[in-house]
Amino acid sequence: MFFNINKMDINKKLEEFQAKIDAESKIEPKDWMPEEYRKHLQRQISQHAHSEVIGMQPEGNWISRAPSLRAKLVLLAKIQDEAGHGQYLYSAAETLGKSRDEFIEELQTEKAKYSSIFNYPSLTWADMGAIGWLVDGAAIVNQVSLQRTSYGPYSRAMVRICKEESFHQRQGYEIMANMAKGTAEQKAMAQDALNRFWWPSLMMFGPHDSDSPNTGNAVKWKIKRETNDELRQKFIDKTVQQAEIIGLSIPDSDLKWNESKGCYDYGKINWEEFWNVVNGKGPCNKQRLKHHIKAHKNGEWVRKAALAYGIKQKEKELA
Amino acid sequence: MTKNEALINYSLRIGDTCLILGQRMSEWCSNGPTLEEDIAMTNISLDLIGQARTMLTYAGEIEGKGRTEDDFAYKRNEREYFNSLLSERPNGHFGDTVARNFLQSAYFYHFYNALISSKDNMLSAHATKSIKEVTYHLRHSAEWVIRLGDGTSESKEKIQNSFDEIWDFVGDLFETNEVDRLLLNEGISVDQTKIQQEWNSTVTEVLTKAGLTRPNDGYMQTGRLEAKHSEYLGHLLAEMQFLQRAYPDAKW
Ligand SMILES: [Fe+2]
Ligand SMILES: [Fe+2]
Ligand SMILES: [Fe+2]
Repeated sequence: MFFNINKMDINKKLEEFQAKIDAESKIEPKDWMPEEYRKHLQRQISQHAHSEVIGMQPEGNWISRAPSLRAKLVLLAKIQDEAGHGQYLYSAAETLGKSRDEFIEELQTEKAKYSSIFNYPSLTWADMGAIGWLVDGAAIVNQVSLQRTSYGPYSRAMVRICKEESFHQRQGYEIMANMAKGTAEQKAMAQDALNRFWWPSLMMFGPHDSDSPNTGNAVKWKIKRETNDELRQKFIDKTVQQAEIIGLSIPDSDLKWNESKGCYDYGKINWEEFWNVVNGKGPCNKQRLKHHIKAHKNGEWVRKAALAYGIKQKEKELA
Repeated sequence: MTKNEALINYSLRIGDTCLILGQRMSEWCSNGPTLEEDIAMTNISLDLIGQARTMLTYAGEIEGKGRTEDDFAYKRNEREYFNSLLSERPNGHFGDTVARNFLQSAYFYHFYNALISSKDNMLSAHATKSIKEVTYHLRHSAEWVIRLGDGTSESKEKIQNSFDEIWDFVGDLFETNEVDRLLLNEGISVDQTKIQQEWNSTVTEVLTKAGLTRPNDGYMQTGRLEAKHSEYLGHLLAEMQFLQRAYPDAKW
């Protein structure tokens, strides 16, 4: 009796759910949703949160060496924003019935992934420019699109986050622009950073639509509003000109304006590299995860103490 | 020593302590025990580096030789830095950082409260603006002292050890020399004896509340006023100053 959920009910619920999505109203935590929708979002939002948090590391690598006090403050505030993004996104993911601790456990046991871009090292100060300009720039294209995603808490988190991301992108571009018009050494550093981060940034959008099996229901349920290739094209089209303005060149000899399509054609992406990094073989995969686990472990006694103190205080209140 | 020379040194003492502690706190970024705490510690770092900028810029203005905040931050050596010995202590574990920050923040709190009445407009304005931030830093660290002291037996032992180990360096905060005397006569600087009394009562109050034992005031390390530091400062500066030193012609 208890398990007597009949097929009719589910079908009717699914229909109502789809109708809601088609009418562009948001799905909220208490609404009925298919298990697959819930799972998909748990995975996507938590991985987005993990990306924000792991992304603190490559930029954190240069805080202590920032070349001016102003630059140090800007970078520090930027990374702090990313921590905040991690917070909102974990909260949004938690509305789907799993705790932050569980998500972190998945990250640390490699059941959940994070954006592969953060598995590349930040080698020079110019990388702080390239990351802001290209990595945040690519993230914005994706996140602007996700503002219209069908799950309410995720969509609202994106609206909040997008405002800050566009600051990050401008600040990164400012670093690149300054270096590009600086000494010969600075310009070379800027170009080198662009060379290293360009292709991994294009990979951030994921495989080509033709090789991307996962999009089916995500599109139907309006979790994903635009395809990988559409988003990647948007990013390329807005970024190429920005590079030209500051006199840097995009490391792609096949990059050409396509008059008839009204967008840029671009060269072949090295998908072998992409899959290698996704599967743990990037230059920093191990380092990033180790860092996260170490910080988490080092903090364990602190979290325990705070918890114990909190319980004692409650007991005192009740006594 | 002229009044201006004294004022430059006085501003550098404040600015340098803020800068070095700010640099230390920034090392916590992505290493905090929780995301929330990571953000809180970064906030403190941001505040302190902001305060440092004001004071270093002011030192340059009084000096009148065109030196900027970055010239002071990036182009001085160990023996030209006047930060407190406390501020350069390594972060250690979370409890070590909490103990160090609590002792330094309690100092800044009473120091700035007194400095608000300085006859130097710039110092007074700086104190007025900074007191809000430092009040938060003190509250944040004091709350953690209490939480750790009254948390688990492990946390209590850890934070007690942190205080025991760092205690030698608190005396340095209250040292004075002719700079203090000259500026005190002008109504510019603060009375360190009074600050020390207030600091003592804040520290004792919080340690008592946390169930911790206040270490004995034995022999104290000093050096701040003569820019004599621990070995840690040189490494901190080498890292911080790397780009400016490696590319002296570059603007960033
Ligand atoms: Fe972000
Ligand atoms: Fe992001
Ligand atoms: Fe960002």
